[in-house]
Amino acid sequence: MNENKIIELKDIAVSFDGEPVLKHLDLSISDGEFVTLLGPSGCGKTTTLRIIAGFITPDHGDVFFDGKRVNDVPPYKRTVNTIFQRYALFPHLNVYENVAFGMRVQKKSKQEIDETVTRMLQLVNLKGFEKRSVAKLSGGQQQRVAIARALANNPRVLLLDEPLAALDLKLRKDMQTELKNIQKSLGISFIYVTHDQEEALSMSDTVVVMDDGVIQQIGTPQDIYNEPQNAFVADFIGESNILDGVMLEDYLVEFFGRKFSCLDAGFDKNEPVDVVIRPEDIDIVEPVKGHLTGTVTNVTFKGVHYDTIVDFKGFKWLIQTTDFYPEGSVIGIVLNPEDIHVMKKSAYSGMFGDYSSYSEEFDELGDAVAAAEAEEAEE
Amino acid sequence: MKTLSRIYNFLIFGFLYAPIVVLIAYSFNDSKNRVEWGGFTFDWYKELFNNELIIDSLWLTLQIAVLAAVVATVIGTMAAVGIYSMNGRLKTLMMGINNIPMVNPEIVTGISMMLMFVAIYRATGLLQPGFATLLISHITFCIPYVVLQVMPKLRQMNRHTYEAALDLGCRPFPAFFKVVLPEIMPGVITGAMMAFTMSLDDFVISYFNSGASAQNLSVTIYSMTKKPVTPEINALSTLLFGTVLILLVAVNVRQVRDLNKQKERR
Repeated sequence: MNENKIIELKDIAVSFDGEPVLKHLDLSISDGEFVTLLGPSGCGKTTTLRIIAGFITPDHGDVFFDGKRVNDVPPYKRTVNTIFQRYALFPHLNVYENVAFGMRVQKKSKQEIDETVTRMLQLVNLKGFEKRSVAKLSGGQQQRVAIARALANNPRVLLLDEPLAALDLKLRKDMQTELKNIQKSLGISFIYVTHDQEEALSMSDTVVVMDDGVIQQIGTPQDIYNEPQNAFVADFIGESNILDGVMLEDYLVEFFGRKFSCLDAGFDKNEPVDVVIRPEDIDIVEPVKGHLTGTVTNVTFKGVHYDTIVDFKGFKWLIQTTDFYPEGSVIGIVLNPEDIHVMKKSAYSGMFGDYSSYSEEFDELGDAVAAAEAEEAEE
Repeated sequence: MKTLSRIYNFLIFGFLYAPIVVLIAYSFNDSKNRVEWGGFTFDWYKELFNNELIIDSLWLTLQIAVLAAVVATVIGTMAAVGIYSMNGRLKTLMMGINNIPMVNPEIVTGISMMLMFVAIYRATGLLQPGFATLLISHITFCIPYVVLQVMPKLRQMNRHTYEAALDLGCRPFPAFFKVVLPEIMPGVITGAMMAFTMSLDDFVISYFNSGASAQNLSVTIYSMTKKPVTPEINALSTLLFGTVLILLVAVNVRQVRDLNKQKERR
């Protein structure tokens, strides 16, 4: 990765039927970078991708490619290629012809087409599938054809619109690794759209968290996870307990009527803040030794750990622990300075990070609704 | 109950098809008398093909049907693609407008078109009732059927397929022909067959829009029935019925096959 900016979006605004979808968005992408646009459905991430591909012309702002303004360059003249949701393969063509499509349009020589198709199919592990009809391939294989077809055009940037959403979990994990390897070996930029935070964290160099048409935070996966900028990011990436606090002075924050030392500074004296505590950072101790004591109200086994809901003075926290504490038991917790992350108050304050209404079914229901919505958005 | 429903079915289909069966039977009847069975013969068919008036109008009918089907298919397909890419409310409105000619009584369509052609002829001297007016009227009433056949095919297509072609460097027009048209082809062909069939057996609209110079088969048959009816007409009607039946069966078979293919894919 180098610092050469290949794509720049400057002050982009788009609305559909009077509804603003992107609100003055700025984003730049370096050559060879793996960037993920992450956010819930309707946050504007796919719109951003389609602006880069050239399918949407922004109402306001400029798109630069290699420093040149490309607002009015149609998609067929851009050196980016896209992997679409559900792949959008050409069902009347076989695997070979699908991959060769772009080169046939460019009237490449038969020999060059032949070589490239062979190389691409090798890259995506589909050697020997040349003559197969794409309609008869499995989801994972269709995905690979879509990747080969896009890469055969030798793009500077590959755009991927939720490419793994239709695959099952195991295949999704394998494809994540494979895509990352392909990106590294080709050294081109990938811009990857997803609503799956785990996918974003495990694959990206840079994660762009979006909500409501606005970029909430740009950073490395570690930054995004460890130093979320507001309650939305803290809640969307992983699980978070978010509490009201007051920053007494640099490195000292008060919440739950107790002072804690922390690693954050640069706030006003006595500034109200949001305090984030990740459920896996909390150490459970005997009640007498704890900074705070609470009662376990719910325990769910999750495989590696237990999701334990603990009631602290009416505010419920999620604690992830490998030890089992039965419902009703009283526990103490210790918070070290590095376990506490302090954020400025934002429009999202108070909306997230309270596990009072936590229940397993509720969680699953939410997921199912989100999945159904994603389907709909696609239709 | 079961017997009752069988009898009912028998009666319904009897009333529907008995006249056609009688017509077909009489087309092979070796007797001018319509009540008497005088033995089996192909004479009426022979005579039919020696009747210049009938052969001329048969030729004209085929010309009109082929031309109307081709033109209506092109226009109908373009219309379907256009309507498909409209957004919600406008799309519903356009499909509604598309459906009006199909539910509109044929006689209204026929007369209104005749009035329009007459007005144009009076004003400009163009479009004298004849081949051109007949063709235009047939194209007009065929288009909605093509739109209706192509539209579902567009809906079944992944909506990113066209974009994928653009993304790979294809210009809009070649992209349509390379990836969209092959996808919707089954609908286009079915639409063309429907249009051909509709044009072939249309009478009401043709009656008002064909001049003395250009009469299609159904209009010719009608004018022949004004004189004493010869069994030739039975033979001609039998042929017409057979052709349309075969075409409609073909259209249905295509649709069923397509449905099965869709199911398989899922």
